[in-house]
Amino acid sequence: MSQTATKYVPAEMMIVAAARALAGARTVFVGVGLPNIACNLARRTVAPELELIYESGVYGAQPARLPLSIGDPTLVTGATAVVSMADLFGLYLQRGLVEVALLGGAQIDRFGNLNTSVIGSYSAPKTRLPGSGGACEIAVNAQRVFYIMYLKRRAFVEQLDFMTSPGYLSGGNARQQQGLPGHGPQLVITDKALFNFDSATHEMQLTSLHPGVTLAEVEASIAWKLKHTETLAETPAPTVEELYQIRTELDPTGMY
Amino acid sequence: MTDKRLSMHDAIAEYVHDEMSVAIEGFTSFICFAAGHEIIRQRRRNLTLMRMTPDLIYDQMVAAGVASKLIFSYLGNPGVGSLHCLRRAIEDGVPGPLAIEEYSHYGMVGRYLAGASRLPFYPLRSYLGSDMPSVNEQIKFVESPYGDGSIAVVPPLHPDLAIIHAQRADNQGNTQLWGLLGVQKEAAFAASKVIVVVEEIVEEAVIRADPNRTLIPGLIVDAVVHAPYGAHPSYVQGYYDRDNVFYLEWDKISRDPQSTQAWLDEWVYGVADPAEYVRKLGKATLERIKPGSALAAPIEYGEYK
Repeated sequence: MSQTATKYVPAEMMIVAAARALAGARTVFVGVGLPNIACNLARRTVAPELELIYESGVYGAQPARLPLSIGDPTLVTGATAVVSMADLFGLYLQRGLVEVALLGGAQIDRFGNLNTSVIGSYSAPKTRLPGSGGACEIAVNAQRVFYIMYLKRRAFVEQLDFMTSPGYLSGGNARQQQGLPGHGPQLVITDKALFNFDSATHEMQLTSLHPGVTLAEVEASIAWKLKHTETLAETPAPTVEELYQIRTELDPTGMY
Repeated sequence: MTDKRLSMHDAIAEYVHDEMSVAIEGFTSFICFAAGHEIIRQRRRNLTLMRMTPDLIYDQMVAAGVASKLIFSYLGNPGVGSLHCLRRAIEDGVPGPLAIEEYSHYGMVGRYLAGASRLPFYPLRSYLGSDMPSVNEQIKFVESPYGDGSIAVVPPLHPDLAIIHAQRADNQGNTQLWGLLGVQKEAAFAASKVIVVVEEIVEEAVIRADPNRTLIPGLIVDAVVHAPYGAHPSYVQGYYDRDNVFYLEWDKISRDPQSTQAWLDEWVYGVADPAEYVRKLGKATLERIKPGSALAAPIEYGEYK
């Protein structure tokens, strides 16, 4: 077991927490940025057999540099397979081959529903966001979804302005009743704390505070009255080895 | 067989007209900026633009006023941030109103697939519970005729014209492409007319030596344009890398309508054709985006006499 580090930035804590949560996973649907580094870190540590899948059509990527986008040519060279997007979404995602998908967005609600479309009304948006991309079908079909987002009151909202991608919908067994194939969101990784979803109500609940973060701080960053598990854990800080991998191997220019 | 090669100017002049629908596809790579710029230069108007990821090219085309409608699934500067010109058009109606029709990626893929194979719709497991169908009445749900529940469907997409960038084609338009295949094949088969733009024109024998790599047959191609670096600042696998410096610069340029116009004046209206654009880019830029080599092992097709 590697020594625990004392100096790190919140993004590094998020990367490490996401990588650890991928322990034992075989396939992961990767987004750009933090998720990308987290998946590559997981492959080097807790999930050596992890295959990285990108919506651009890449299966089994082994990027030789930090990809600038999910369509970076470094994902193609040396990959196990590169397929059309029709095949990627149909044969890989919809077929059920994606175990875990990492997603993020502008707004999330207590049932893990996600908005990446607009702030304000759809027809006259205050801010036009990118939209779904593949997020909607990923949220529907991936076996499990992990969210990676910074914890902010304007992001963790009582009511989404628009539901781009379904989590547990209105909670309870609403998702199951609608017949969505994937099991839905399992974990929310933020810069301050970790959350999961109650197995019956499917409401997001706080499970673990990152070192140095208080419960009050987390509650103040969430728009609804937050529930938490009976005992709150402290998220283990990044280890020296994990930080070494991030800083010297995966993100040497410190882009994230 | 007629030689289908045309200059970029002549291909756009002949096949792009006001009011029509155009799909310039390519997912992060193979985005034919050279064709988009020529459409801007020839001042086409009221086009319906289709693309999964509008990217910088449609940001530029919308800023230049060529489009009245956009059909898409992801509106971002990939890995950088927002598309500011498109946001101005959607949020503020600048330079003019822009109608939007929005899907998820798989929805757009399904539309191209249905269009390409002339099906009435394409079923997909998406949109369940999402608000997207409530703002786009083209996304519907139907009951499976086999009694296994409700499924989302999207209608076929039939662009009047698809413009597809690739590594190479012969002068008949038999086109080979490798790297991120995106929806290049589906968009071409879905369209009424097809222009392919390539880094290299090769002999028919080169195509025939590796037929598994032929994504688009000349049968459905109307014009072949030779435009090396025509996908800059996006990339072509094995030929050049994405010019990420420009993707970052565009984030600054495009925040302001005046600097956007100044850029269009210099790099689009002020340039005669794709060859002049490449000369203007200069050797240093081309050197910067040059990849190292990674050859595939040759494969054996066998000779059968």
